[in-house]
Amino acid sequence: MAELFWLIPFFPALSSLLLILFGRKLPRKYIAFQACLAVFFSLALSILSFLSLLGSGHEGHGLIKNLFAWIHSGSFKVDLSLQFDQLTAVMCLVVSGVGFLIHVYSSGYMAEDKSFARFFAYMNLFTFSMLLLVMASNLVLMFVGWEGVGLCSYLLIGFWFEKPSAADAGKKAFIVNRIGDAGFMLGIFFILLHIGSAEFAAVNHAVEAGGFAQGLATLIALLLFVGAIGKSAQIPLYVWLPDAMEGPTPVSALIHAATMVTAGVYMVARMNLLYSLSPVAMQVVAIVGALTAVYAASMALTQNDIKRVLAYSTISQLGYMFIGLGVGAYSAAVFHLYTHAFFKSLLFLGAGSVMHALSGELDLRKMGGLRKYLPLTFPTFLIATIAIAGVPFFSGFFSKDAILTSAFANGQYLIWALGLMGAVLTAFYMFRVVFLTFYGKERLEPEAKAHLHESPKTMTIPLVILAFFSIVAGYVGLPIVLGKNVNLFDRFLEPVIHAPHGAHLSLSSEWMLILASVAVALFGIFIAYVFYLKKPDIPHNLVARFPWLYKLLYNKYYMDEIYNATFVNSTIKGSELVYKHFDLKVIDGALNGSAKTMNTIGKLLSSLQTGLIKDYALVFLLGALILLGYFVF
Amino acid sequence: MIPPTYYLVVSIILFVLGIIGFFIKKDLITQFLSVEVMLNAANLAFITFAHSAGSLDGQIIVFFVITVAAAEAAIGLAIILLVYRKHKSIKTEDIHLMKG
Repeated sequence: MAELFWLIPFFPALSSLLLILFGRKLPRKYIAFQACLAVFFSLALSILSFLSLLGSGHEGHGLIKNLFAWIHSGSFKVDLSLQFDQLTAVMCLVVSGVGFLIHVYSSGYMAEDKSFARFFAYMNLFTFSMLLLVMASNLVLMFVGWEGVGLCSYLLIGFWFEKPSAADAGKKAFIVNRIGDAGFMLGIFFILLHIGSAEFAAVNHAVEAGGFAQGLATLIALLLFVGAIGKSAQIPLYVWLPDAMEGPTPVSALIHAATMVTAGVYMVARMNLLYSLSPVAMQVVAIVGALTAVYAASMALTQNDIKRVLAYSTISQLGYMFIGLGVGAYSAAVFHLYTHAFFKSLLFLGAGSVMHALSGELDLRKMGGLRKYLPLTFPTFLIATIAIAGVPFFSGFFSKDAILTSAFANGQYLIWALGLMGAVLTAFYMFRVVFLTFYGKERLEPEAKAHLHESPKTMTIPLVILAFFSIVAGYVGLPIVLGKNVNLFDRFLEPVIHAPHGAHLSLSSEWMLILASVAVALFGIFIAYVFYLKKPDIPHNLVARFPWLYKLLYNKYYMDEIYNATFVNSTIKGSELVYKHFDLKVIDGALNGSAKTMNTIGKLLSSLQTGLIKDYALVFLLGALILLGYFVF
Repeated sequence: MIPPTYYLVVSIILFVLGIIGFFIKKDLITQFLSVEVMLNAANLAFITFAHSAGSLDGQIIVFFVITVAAAEAAIGLAIILLVYRKHKSIKTEDIHLMKG
C-alpha cells in the first residue's frame, strides 16, 4: 500500500474536478459525502504510508515516486515527482487529518449556503494543492502547490463575493502574497542557476558537498524567506491575514490557521541544511519571528471581533514557529506547527460554532454567559485556549516550551524574552475571549438570543476530536527533563532535519525555563481573570488613562493606513500618470497614427482605381509593350 | 509564292487596328469586335510561322484560339446584354462601378 503514497493528493483533486463540473446538479448530501470521503481516503493513505515509514526504522529516507519528466529542456530538467519522508508524513497527517475534520464540520456549517458545491470544490482543491506542496520533491513542483493554495485562499476568502469587503479581502490576500512569491521565485531561480536542479535531495547534496558559498546561501535563504513571510503572514506582509477572516469560518480554520499559513514554516524546515549554512539568514528569521510574535499578540489585545483575535493569534503563533526555525530548532518549529494545527483549528471551529449559535454574531461585546447554552462548544473551546496559552500538560505547552528553550540554549536571550512576553499576551488575550464569550453577563441581542442553540452533531463531533488531540498531541515531544530520548517527535524527524547540535543546558536551567514559561502563562490568565471577571472596570480605566495606546492597538498600529498611503496610493497614482501620459499618448498615439497613415496611403492609391475599362487596358498595353521591349532588346 | 513577311505585315496592321479600335471606340460591342480582330491578327501570325517552319503546332494553337474566341463571344455578348439591361447603356464611361 505504501508504494501508492503518491495517490494521496489525487483523491481530493478528482473530487474537486467532479464537483466543479457537475456540482450544480448533485444533491447536497452527496456533495458533502464525496468531499469528505476524498479527504478521508487521503488521510487513510497518509496513515498507512506513515506506519510503513515508521516500520522502516530511522534509516528510512522516505519514498520518492517520479511520475514523469515535467519540464525537460537541455540540461534543465524538472520532474513531476512526489516524496514521502518523515517531514512530509507529519505535514500530510496534519493536512489531511485536520482537513478531514474541517470538511465534516463544513458540511454542517455551510448547510444553508446556496453555493454548497462550489465551497466543497474549492476546499478539495485546496487540500490537493496543500498535499502537493508538502509532497513535492522539488522546489518547482512545490511552487505549483504554493500558488495553488494561494489561489484557493483567494477563492475562499472571496467566497461570499457579493460582499465587497470579502472580495477586497480576497484581492488583498492575493496581491500581498504575490510580493512574497516574487522573492520565493527568485530564490528558486538562484538555486536552479547555481546547481541546475531544484530537487531537495540535490540541494541538500550540494550543501553537504560545500557547493554553496556563504554569501550565496544567505541570499537564497533570505529570498526564500521572503516567500515564507508572505505565505505565513509575518512582518511586514501580515496585513492580509486579519482581513482573510471575511471568508467562511471553516476556511479560516483550515487555510488561515492550520495548514496554508504554515507552508512557509514547512518550506524553511525543508530547506534547513541551506539555512544552517547562513547564520545571518537564521538570525533574520528569528528576529522577524520574535517581533511578529509580540507585535501580533499586542494587536489581538483590543480587537472585539472574535475571528480577528484568532487571526492575530495565528500570526503570533507563526512567529513562534519562525523563532524555532531561526534558532535552529527546526523540529521544535514543526512540532509547534503540528500542535498549533489542532488547537488553532479547534479555536476557529469553536468560534464558528458560537457564530452559528448567535446567528452570525462576531462581536465579543454582544456575547457573554454562553457557557450554559453551548455545552459542547464551551469545554472544547476552553481546552484549545488552555493549550494555546501554554498551560502544562496540554499540547501547546510542550511545543512552545521546546521553542523557547532552544532559543535560550542558543544564547538568543532577547528573542527568548520577546517570546515570553508574547506568551503572557497570548494567555491574556485568549482568556479575554473566553471570559467575554462564555462567562459574565449576557449581552446578547434579543434576536440572537431567541435562536440560541448548540450546533448540530456534524459540527460538534469534530470539535471533540480536535479537543482530544489538543490535549494529547504534545505527548510525542516531551521535554528533555523527563529523560533522554522521550522526544519521539525529534527522533522521528531526525533523518530529514539535521539539527545542529547546539549547546545543551543543564537540567536545572531546563526546569527553570519550564517554570518561567508556566509562570508567564498563569500570570497572563490571572490578569485576564482580574480584568474581565473580577473587576471589569479596570480595562475601562486603563483605556481612559492611556487613550492613545488603546487607539494605536485598536487601529492595529495604523498599518493598513500607512500601507495605503505609501504603497497602494503611490501605485495607483503612478498607474494613473502612466495611463495618462504613456498609454493614452504613446501607445494609443502609435496605434492611431499607424492606422491614419495607412488610411491616407489607401486614399491616395485608390484614385488609381477609376473603374473605367479603358484605363486598365491602357496600363495593360503599356505593360505588354514594356515586356516586349525587354524581350526584344 | 508570297513571302511570309507580307503575311506578318498584314497581321501587325490588323493587330494595331484592333488596339486603336479598342481605345477610340466607346461602346462595348465595338471594343469587343476590336479584341476579336486582335485575336485573328495573332492567328494569322501563328499560321504564317507554322507554315514557314513546316510544323503543325501553330495551326493546332489557332484551332484552340478560335474555339476560345467562340466561347468568349458567347459569354461576352451575354454579359454585354445583361449590362445593357441593368444600366440602359453600353458606353464604357457610364460603367464605372469599380471606381475607388
